[in-house]
Amino acid sequence: MDVVVIGGGPAGLSAAIRAQELGLKVVVVEEGRLGGILPQCIHTGFGLLTYGEDLTGPELAHRLINSYQGEVLRGHAAGLEYSYHRKRVRVITEGGTVTLEAPTVIYAAGARERHAHEIGIVGDRVAGIYTAGEAQALMDLYGVLPGREVVIVGSGDVGLIMARRLSLEGAKVKAVVEMLPYPGGLARNLMILRDFNIPLLLNHRVVEVRGRGRVERVKVVSGSKEEWIKCDTLLVSAGLVPRVKLLRRAGAIIDERTSGPLVNDRLETSLPGIFAAGNSLVINDLVDYAMEQGRIAAEGAEEFIREGGIPSQDWVKVIPGDNVRSVVPQLISPGREVIAYVRPSKPLNDATLTLPNGRVRLGVIKPSEMLRVRVKAEEGGVAHVEIQG
Amino acid sequence: MSPTSKFRVNCIVCPMSCYVEVELDGEIRVTGYRCPRGKEWAVQEALSPKRVVVTVLKVKGGDLPVVSVKTDPVPRDKVREVIRELSKVELVPPLRVGQVVAEVDGVKVYVTREVRGGQQTF
Amino acid sequence: MRVAVVGAGITGVCVARELSRYRVEVHVFDAKPDVGWGVSKANTGLIHACYDDDPERFPVRAKACVEGNRMWRSLVEELSIPHSWDGSMVVGDEEDLPRLRELLRRGIRNGVPELRIVEARKLEPLIKGEYALYAPTAGQISPPQAVIAIAESAAINGVRFHLETEVKGIRVKSGEVEAIITNEGEVRVDAVVNAAGLKADEVAGMVGLPMEIRPRKGEYLIFDEDAGPKPSHIIFPVPSERSKGVVVTTEVSGHLMVGPNANDVQDKEDVSTTVEGLREVYGKASKLWPLPPMNKVIRSFAGLRPEPRGGDFILGRTEVGGFYNAAGMRSPGLTAAPAVGKELASMIAEDLELDRKLRWKAGRPLPVDGGGVVCRCNLVTSGRVRWAIERMRFLGVKTPSVDSVKFRTSATAGTCQGSFCRVHIARMLAEEYGVPLWQVTLKGKGSELGVGDVKALVI
Repeated sequence: MDVVVIGGGPAGLSAAIRAQELGLKVVVVEEGRLGGILPQCIHTGFGLLTYGEDLTGPELAHRLINSYQGEVLRGHAAGLEYSYHRKRVRVITEGGTVTLEAPTVIYAAGARERHAHEIGIVGDRVAGIYTAGEAQALMDLYGVLPGREVVIVGSGDVGLIMARRLSLEGAKVKAVVEMLPYPGGLARNLMILRDFNIPLLLNHRVVEVRGRGRVERVKVVSGSKEEWIKCDTLLVSAGLVPRVKLLRRAGAIIDERTSGPLVNDRLETSLPGIFAAGNSLVINDLVDYAMEQGRIAAEGAEEFIREGGIPSQDWVKVIPGDNVRSVVPQLISPGREVIAYVRPSKPLNDATLTLPNGRVRLGVIKPSEMLRVRVKAEEGGVAHVEIQG
Repeated sequence: MSPTSKFRVNCIVCPMSCYVEVELDGEIRVTGYRCPRGKEWAVQEALSPKRVVVTVLKVKGGDLPVVSVKTDPVPRDKVREVIRELSKVELVPPLRVGQVVAEVDGVKVYVTREVRGGQQTF
Repeated sequence: MRVAVVGAGITGVCVARELSRYRVEVHVFDAKPDVGWGVSKANTGLIHACYDDDPERFPVRAKACVEGNRMWRSLVEELSIPHSWDGSMVVGDEEDLPRLRELLRRGIRNGVPELRIVEARKLEPLIKGEYALYAPTAGQISPPQAVIAIAESAAINGVRFHLETEVKGIRVKSGEVEAIITNEGEVRVDAVVNAAGLKADEVAGMVGLPMEIRPRKGEYLIFDEDAGPKPSHIIFPVPSERSKGVVVTTEVSGHLMVGPNANDVQDKEDVSTTVEGLREVYGKASKLWPLPPMNKVIRSFAGLRPEPRGGDFILGRTEVGGFYNAAGMRSPGLTAAPAVGKELASMIAEDLELDRKLRWKAGRPLPVDGGGVVCRCNLVTSGRVRWAIERMRFLGVKTPSVDSVKFRTSATAGTCQGSFCRVHIARMLAEEYGVPLWQVTLKGKGSELGVGDVKALVI
């Protein structure tokens, strides 16, 4: 075995497909469905950049699964042990625990959703409180309608998409509540609010849930104003968190800005030979980027095996400047043009991005839309990335 | 649409997100767009918006109780009718991705997830 | 002969299990869908060392606590109850030394072994405080798992559990209990044990006895497992008259937990958390230990303690023949429960002249594992979930609830709080109980997972 890919979602499968193309022997470890979260994302908008086609999540999953002919191990990766030449991945399968060994690992375990307790919602712990993704799985994989009258916390993409799904199936979405002064989702998803006449409450927070058995009302506050909204369901779409427990425990350095591992331009973590891609590296809003990261990581793994390690260099540190929340990768090779993903920290109307290799006029930018750019930096410096409004 | 209405929309054709205004007052006047694709999209959106409907249909004897489907673009005001009609449909496996499993007023409905027959999976 | 135990919390199941050693029919009634879903399921889970209970003012508490602590040490082994025996530290500074000495002296009077005052940081380097009263005999259990284990052991020895069965009244004839009336009908009984927790006053009222139990709310925060340093002892502040204070502990599941505060409330069903309460808990706990930030909290919860008038437990015989109280089990009620069970059972055995059984089984079946991982955060397998469902049915749980599985396996109690696995557990419950998926509940009737199938509102 040359590479163990942890996670069979879009990033993991793309990594596995690319690694096979490069002649590596691959095993993909998947604990749920192949395709990861894609099969429950039944809406369109997937694969536009990769295939020039507007696919639904399940269709993209189908395409990826059909393109990967290699080995799949069904099970939960419960342990990751690093040594330079051999990484050990302990997998709990239906039939018992299996330990895989390979010189490289591509970690693509995805993300989890932030839930009500983490965002400080208090009150009664009753039925009817779901993360948006849980509600999505309930409806679109398991055929259960979560509720009739719904309040959604967070105007991110999953929340908006669930607003549409619930509205289509006859539920009433009473409000989308956004803490920030601007909405969080992609423009195409914000149209959902117009299509279904759903109020968007900016600068508002849901702070409390009350109900016996099931949600009966939620308290929404803005400044000193507060209001109770009657509903039977609260959907929390408060963002995703990279799942990095195994990486952290194996000793990888975690970037506080992305909550994912710190990586170089091969998407190699601080543990040589362990690469990361997809939402466990950085939260992506487009699946195309997660897939691209999988391919880059696979190329890194191939190079690691071919060269006996990624060649030493005086890595240039990427410094996020004004209006930049995060940049991945955090380290880039001097003199080499590489792909970087830049997350703006606030919306701007006429933005310009400054990179070590020049300036790019961006137009309208939003924190919800990650920028993909080519960066090149010279030896012996640092690479400042900043956005001017 | 009334004879002198103004329609404003954030273009979604590309990440530039132009803020386009379409004025419909006998003739159509469009401002704010930066490319012809955006102009065309905004006019369509103002005059007769269409949507691809995605939903799930019931499946008897599949790996899961429902399967995801998508439609051809449907005029926005017909979306609810399509959903209502589709709620009556129950499918049986096997189902292939791309298979047309229903048609509502000439609008085709395609399966988007493969369903083999047999045991439910956890 | 037949005994009814009202309440399947820790006290009720301990009484029932001890009674199952005798030749008598024992029935346990509880209005909730599963055992231990009242006071027992939401508390700190501590087995106190018992230096805190003043033997003059609270003689019943002080005696039962010390004996209960001893009994738990063998009970956790006998019934495979998850536990840790970390010892506790009451931490203070130079000016608190007189109070620590007072507690030490009280502990000595109560017969608590191995107590000593230590330099706190020698034992627990990150603790905030100079000195501590160290009590090595303090431990921790998972209270809901303990209730389940003890209930199972009782059931194995013939005790019958009637869940979702509310006691509506008790018939007394010529000063003796005669029958217990529930929503499921009437049962003739020779004795009734009032172990009804928060509602013990209502049950006492059914036979005309006065009692007052007030709910006192305590709120808690649980942090993510890798969120920050965790203590290897249970850390208390210097106690106040009202409570032992906000505790910092690494609970049995390995998470850092802080709480509870103590607020008197009116409503005996009100287990809501509050912004002010959680802030209070966080603030007080951070005086004892370097806490992770609030956004590393993975769960906040609240429970109610049954606070009796006068502050001491209300145990034993009453003016009504055959009516026994095991009530007012405020802290250290969990610690004391096994001793209370033993005391009540021998009292009833004496009064009813019961013989001991020749054969009695101490243990219970060990959990089964296998299959793939369902709960990714706490690594709970599908085999373990199926085992839990089988145990629910064994005990007579009628309504399939995810919480019943949670308390038996710790599934859904990890970092993601069930957002991945709740639906998978619900699917197994739906299959085993033969109900549609949406009808599976979170915590009993009225808390269904959904409102119908996905087309319920469109058709």
